[in-house]
Amino acid sequence: MNLHEYQGKQLFAEYGLPVSKGIAAATAEEAVAAADKIGGDKWVVKAQVHAGGRGKAGGVKLVTTKEEIKAFAEQWLGKNLVTYQTDANGQPVSRILVETCTEIADELYLGAVVDRSTRRIIFMASTEGGVEIETVAEETPEKILKAEIDPLTGAQPYQGRELAFALGLKGAQIGQFTKIFLGLAKLFEDKDLALLEINPLVITDEGNLHCLDAKMTIDSNAMYRHPELKEFHDPSQEDAREAQAAEWELNYVALDGTIGCMVNGAGLAMGTMDIVKIHGGFPANFLDVGGGATKERVTEAFKIILSDSNVKAVLVNIFGGIVRCDLIAEGIIGAVEEVGVNVPVVVRLEGNNAEIGSKVLADSGLNIIAATSLTDAAESVVKAAEGK
Amino acid sequence: MSILINKDTKVICQGFTGSQGTMHSEQALEYGTKLVGGVTPGKGGQIHLGLPVFNTVADAVAQTGAEASVIYVPAPFCKDSILEAANAGIKLIVCITEGIPTLDMLECKVKCDDLGAVLIGPNCPGVITPGESKIGIMPGHIHLPGKVGVVSRSGTLTYEAVKQTTDFGFGQSTCVGIGGDPIPGSSFIDILALFEKDPQTEAIVMIGEIGGTAEEEAAAYIKANVTKPVVSYIAGVTAPAGKRMGHAGAIISGGKGTADEKFAALEDAGVKTVRSLAEIGNGLKEITGW
Repeated sequence: MNLHEYQGKQLFAEYGLPVSKGIAAATAEEAVAAADKIGGDKWVVKAQVHAGGRGKAGGVKLVTTKEEIKAFAEQWLGKNLVTYQTDANGQPVSRILVETCTEIADELYLGAVVDRSTRRIIFMASTEGGVEIETVAEETPEKILKAEIDPLTGAQPYQGRELAFALGLKGAQIGQFTKIFLGLAKLFEDKDLALLEINPLVITDEGNLHCLDAKMTIDSNAMYRHPELKEFHDPSQEDAREAQAAEWELNYVALDGTIGCMVNGAGLAMGTMDIVKIHGGFPANFLDVGGGATKERVTEAFKIILSDSNVKAVLVNIFGGIVRCDLIAEGIIGAVEEVGVNVPVVVRLEGNNAEIGSKVLADSGLNIIAATSLTDAAESVVKAAEGK
Repeated sequence: MSILINKDTKVICQGFTGSQGTMHSEQALEYGTKLVGGVTPGKGGQIHLGLPVFNTVADAVAQTGAEASVIYVPAPFCKDSILEAANAGIKLIVCITEGIPTLDMLECKVKCDDLGAVLIGPNCPGVITPGESKIGIMPGHIHLPGKVGVVSRSGTLTYEAVKQTTDFGFGQSTCVGIGGDPIPGSSFIDILALFEKDPQTEAIVMIGEIGGTAEEEAAAYIKANVTKPVVSYIAGVTAPAGKRMGHAGAIISGGKGTADEKFAALEDAGVKTVRSLAEIGNGLKEITGW
C-alpha cells in the first residue's frame, strides 16, 4: 500500500524527524485556512497523488498570496494530475498539502528498501538529491552510498555516522543525519515498510537537515498488524477494477489488449499472457482466480474481465491440481449463463478430470470453445478475437 | 537418489489439525509420504488421521525422530512456526503459506542459516520426489519418477513443466517450488547446487518470473558451476512495469527485473530458453537428445 506525502510526513513527525509545518486540505477554503494557521507569507502547495514527477507536471508551486493558494487548489482538486510516472489519465487529486517554505542550500537523497539479493534492509544515500535514484544508479553508481541493516541487531548509530561523513556533512549535521537515519530505520521496521524515500533530503540555508518529501510503501502482507495505517488507504489512487477484484481476493491487473485472461495461479497467469502474445494477440488483463476457483469467483472474474469494453474474446486457462476440472467447467458454464457473456470464450482445462470437464463444456450448447492444448488455446483465442 | 527428500524422510505437519493441514496431510499419506505426526498447540496427545498430535515441535522431534516439517499455519503465525521448527532441530522446513510479512522472513532466514535448517518457501507448492515422498500441495498424480530436476518460483507453472516432462516420459527426480515471495528461504542457486550433485538428475528445468535478480544470479552460477543441461522459461514478458503480478515478488521496479533481461542472462550462461511455456518438454528433448 502506497502512502501520500502528507501521510508519510505525519509518520515522520511521530518519529521525531524534521518536516515542514503543513496541513492537507480537501477544499480551496481549507487550503486558505491552512495557510492562515501555518502563518508566514510564503508557502508551498503540493498536489497529493501516488506518483512522482509532480513538480514538472505543475503539481507543486511556491506561492506568496492566499489568492494563489485558492487558485492552485481550484485548479487541481477533483482533477487528474498526469506525470511521467502515471498513465495517460493521471491520478486524481483529492488533497492539497500546504506547507511552510524551506530555503534550500543543498539537496541529498536518502532511501531504504528490502534488498532481495542480500536479504537485508538496505539504506541508500547520495549527494545527488532531487534526481531519480534509478538514474543515479545507472549513470554514476559510485555516488550511491549503502548501509546494510542486520535483521537481528537493527540499525546502529555508527552506520549513520559513516553515511554522514561520506556524504560530506559537517559539524551538527553529522548528529542530525544519524538521528534521521536511526528514526527511519525504526519506522521501517515498526511499520513494515517495503520502500522509503526522502528525495530530496535538504540542507537548509541555516545548515540544518530537513525532510522535504516522503514516499512510502507498506508491505501489504503486514497490513493485518497495522490497524493504525488502514485510514491511510486511498482507493481513489487505484484502478477501480483492480480494487473490485481485490474484494473477491482475485488478483487483477488491467492491460490494453483485447483478449481477457482468466487463469489459476499467478505464474501461469503471466505465462498465459505471454503465450497469447507469441501467437499474435494482446492480453487485456492479468487475472489469477487463485487455488479455489469456485463458481462465485469465476462469475466475479468474468464480470471484471467483461467490464473492459476492449475485450473481444476470453481465454480461460485452468490447471486443475487439487481441484477437479469438471467442477470448474460447471462453474464456467454457470458464470457464462449468469453474466451473459457475448464474446467467444476459449477454455483450456488440464489436470484432474480434464476430459470430463471438456465434455461438459462441449455439451453445454454455449459459445465455448474447448481447446486441446495450451498452444491450441492461444491460437484459438487470437483467431476468435479477430472475429475469425 | 533425489534431493531434499526421499521415501525414508520422516515428516511432521505444523497446523496438522486445521483444514488445510488435514486435507494435504491426507493426500500426502495417500501418496506414501512418511508422515509421522503433527503439531497443534493444545491438542497434544490426540490422534489425528491415525497419527499422534504434539503440543510442540520439540516433543514431536523427540518422539518421532522427524527431520522435516511442513507448515500450513496462517501467515501471522508462520515466523513463530518456522523458528520453532528450526530451534527444535528440524533440518528441512517447507512453508506453504502465502502472505507472510517480508520483514518476518528476513529474521527467519538468518536464524535458519545459523541453525543449519533448509527453508523452502514460503508461498510455494512444496517439494516432491515422485513415487517416494510428497511434502506440499502439488497434485501427486501428474508426476513420474525420472531424471529431470524442476525448480520454480510458481506453483502452477511447475505443474505445467511436470506434466510436459511426464508426457515425454522423462519423469522428475525432485521438484522444488521455491515460492513467489521477494525473500524466499531457498534460492534457485541453493537448489541448482543440489541438482548438480544428484546422480539421478540428468537435466534441470528452471522456471522464473519477473521481479528481482534471482534468475540473473542463477545464470551466473550455472555458467560457473552447472554441467548438466538446463532449460529455462521466464514468465512475464508482457507484464507492465510497476505492477505486482499476483506474487508479492513479481514486480518490475525501477526498470529492473524484466523477463527480457533474465532470458538474456540465461542464454549467455548457455541455458536453453523457451519463450512459450508449452515448449519446455520440447526444449529438453532438443538439448538432451532424449
